[in-house]
Amino acid sequence: MNRTSRLGLFLAALLLIPVFFTPIWSITLTAPQYPDGIGMYIWVNDITGHERHDIQNINILNHYVGMQEIDPDQVPTLDIIPWVIAGLIALAAAAAATGSRWLAWIWVALFIISGVAGMYDFYMWGYEYGHNLDPRAAIKVPDMTYQPPVIGRETLLNITAHSWPYWGTLWVTLSLLTGTGGLFWDRIAKKKGR
Amino acid sequence: MIQKTTIWKVSTVLLGIGLVSVLMYGCPSQTEMLDTGDAAQRVYVAPGEYDEYYAFLSGGYSGQLSVWGLPSGRMFRNIPVFSQDPESGYGYSEETKPLLMTSYGFIPWDDSHHPELSLTNSMPDGRWMFINANNTPRVARIDLTSFETVETLELPNTGGNHASTFATENTEYIIGATRFSIPYDMDMDVPIDTYSENFDGSLSFIGVDDETGEMSMDFQILMPPYHYDLGRAGKGPSADWVFFTTYNTEEAHTLLEINASEFDKDYIVAVNWKMAEEYVREGRAETVPAEYYHNMKDENTSVAVSNVHDEVLLLDPRDAPDMIYFLPTPKSPHGVDIDPTGEYIVGGGKLATVIPVHSFSRMLDAIDNDAFEEIINGIPVLEYESTIVGEVENPGLGPLHTEFDGDGHAYTSVYISSEIVKWSLETFEVVDRIDSYYSIGHLMITGGDTPNPDKRYMLGLTKTSRDRFLPTGPKQLHPAQLYDISGDRMEMLLDFPTIGEPHYAQAIPADQIRDNVKQIYDLDANNHPHAVKRTADARVERDGDVVRVYMTNIRSHFTPDNIEGIRVGDEVHFHLTNIEQDWDMVHGFAIKGSNSAEVLIAPGETKTIVWHPQRTGIFPFYCTAFCSALHQEMQGYVRVSPADTDVPLTWRTGED
Ligand SMILES: [Cu+2]
Repeated sequence: MNRTSRLGLFLAALLLIPVFFTPIWSITLTAPQYPDGIGMYIWVNDITGHERHDIQNINILNHYVGMQEIDPDQVPTLDIIPWVIAGLIALAAAAAATGSRWLAWIWVALFIISGVAGMYDFYMWGYEYGHNLDPRAAIKVPDMTYQPPVIGRETLLNITAHSWPYWGTLWVTLSLLTGTGGLFWDRIAKKKGR
Repeated sequence: MIQKTTIWKVSTVLLGIGLVSVLMYGCPSQTEMLDTGDAAQRVYVAPGEYDEYYAFLSGGYSGQLSVWGLPSGRMFRNIPVFSQDPESGYGYSEETKPLLMTSYGFIPWDDSHHPELSLTNSMPDGRWMFINANNTPRVARIDLTSFETVETLELPNTGGNHASTFATENTEYIIGATRFSIPYDMDMDVPIDTYSENFDGSLSFIGVDDETGEMSMDFQILMPPYHYDLGRAGKGPSADWVFFTTYNTEEAHTLLEINASEFDKDYIVAVNWKMAEEYVREGRAETVPAEYYHNMKDENTSVAVSNVHDEVLLLDPRDAPDMIYFLPTPKSPHGVDIDPTGEYIVGGGKLATVIPVHSFSRMLDAIDNDAFEEIINGIPVLEYESTIVGEVENPGLGPLHTEFDGDGHAYTSVYISSEIVKWSLETFEVVDRIDSYYSIGHLMITGGDTPNPDKRYMLGLTKTSRDRFLPTGPKQLHPAQLYDISGDRMEMLLDFPTIGEPHYAQAIPADQIRDNVKQIYDLDANNHPHAVKRTADARVERDGDVVRVYMTNIRSHFTPDNIEGIRVGDEVHFHLTNIEQDWDMVHGFAIKGSNSAEVLIAPGETKTIVWHPQRTGIFPFYCTAFCSALHQEMQGYVRVSPADTDVPLTWRTGED
């Protein structure tokens, strides 16, 4: 690969580092009595409240409809994602260092697979919360199901959930764009015979 | 002499009748006009919008402090201070009971008159509010992050703390004074007619810790047996001084309405507190025995703790020259108010026909020139002519209390003629007057007691409402009137009933407090010895007759909610911890047959209420605060068995 492409891949590796320091997703719940909303951030390795006690307060609201408690320690994916990201950083760095096109394309493939798997896992996590409701809950949701949105807005009873990507997703997207951009630049350069 | 007094009295009454008739029959249409116009728009704060000012109104005989918004006149909160409050459990819960302890035992009620915001450079800093107890003399401190009373301090050698609370420039001291002179020894059993011989006056200087706000009785000054009415600290050039008014310099002890109204002049007391403090540090004060309580909420546990003190430092002006002077002031002055520049000292001679204005700089000159009429108990009396710079003529009948707009004007409340007069600090002439409804006591201008007033609003605190609102029987609430003072003429905007009897008020721009207000108590920082922070730790323990229920509250259940094995004759302590951490998510607790009150528990807080079951049976308890949709389900049962029962002590929630 040429210098520019390798630089692109190196940059792609660097862009994944801030993902550890900013949430990748944000879910905000608004209700009449929560005009400013309460909410949570999803990090690569954790789930935290927008404010210090938001997770506890969301759990208190959720328990009325029989949702399980949100407990980051009980979400196995959160143990895996950091390693996946670390692996992608290493792979991009290795591809940049060696200039191996083969490694670079593997990086792109793994990146896309992990992304899709992550989104699917996120959807399933929401599905579990929304469908696995305690039958003894005080408030019965019609049909006993609720699908929290992966992206967008959804209303359950008086609470509207707003789910949107956060800064971390921006870094992930930029990383993918920079890395694949580098690869395509390499192809174009090769075709032009430079 | 007697004849002269009688003539004066008669003419006062006649003048009164004259003015009252002018008020009652003179141009009603003009009054009507002032009351209408666009006033509604000017006080309207739309739903969801905030007021510009917090106003704190003393509760008077309710012993509390109420919090209002200006200009809307909406009440936000009634803070219990000196009286038990069954609504919140204040003064009933084990955590708050010590705040009402005094050397006279547990005092469930008092009369709170003058709130004072803590000051930095003579401007309110929004940290604390102080307020006095007039009956069993005390001063309380309210924390303005939680709006809760956190400290009370008793004043020894004091027969009613009326001239309080007023703060010095940087809240170095909160001042107090005895309203009624009494014998210093609290148990001294003497004939009342030995008044002049055995009774003494006192001024109190309560130190305030700049970091924590903690109060201490730093020292007192021995005074002649007069009555001390109101006070104020100086500012700017006069910041080292505090001022008090006196009445009953006649030293009467019976039928004071006649006997204490005899002299043409009583005094304003000027005290150089910096000098007094120095004398005390030098060791010139005597340590005298005095029993008094100091009660404070422990920062760590949030449980109030009482400490009893047994002595106080007493400074005798005879041993401390040049620190205290009397300024003769007409007729039993009430207010003593210092203008924003710190130069003018305005007396409110409630029986006087003029408003006397002293000059601080002239006072200093008079002291330099030894312009003394006489010396009483080591206190020089300055010549009236040497300090006075103006007498406002025709102020109406019964001028009481004055505040300022920072624009060269003073506003004096006038009780008997029910009006507020605005007068010029240059010409000492009345420039405007407006009615109050009815019988105004104090008034309050936004920042009107500071070096930098906001010439915006004035609140008149009136004593009777009579025909102003829909009637509610022979007893009605005391009203307040809001005036716009931003223009040349005073305009009345609003007339609203208040809580208790507000004697004085303080206002502060809302943003100085709003952003510091706590939304919850941090459960992690809750170090109450009987707190339970997790439902799993909830339990019941017996130690002899004392049963401790460690109970958690969270939407929408108590843990435990079924308790058995309680016996008649037990002393049951319900230690309730609200483990919520969500703003305004308050739970309450009440049990059938309780002899005390309910208790409200803020998020993250632990509160204890003691219950003495008197008979066997099943006793329901429930959450009194509508906390959630399933609030009505937030309840439980205690089973009480005979004293000799063998029913074991058990507790549970959610088990069949
Ligand atoms: Cu409740």
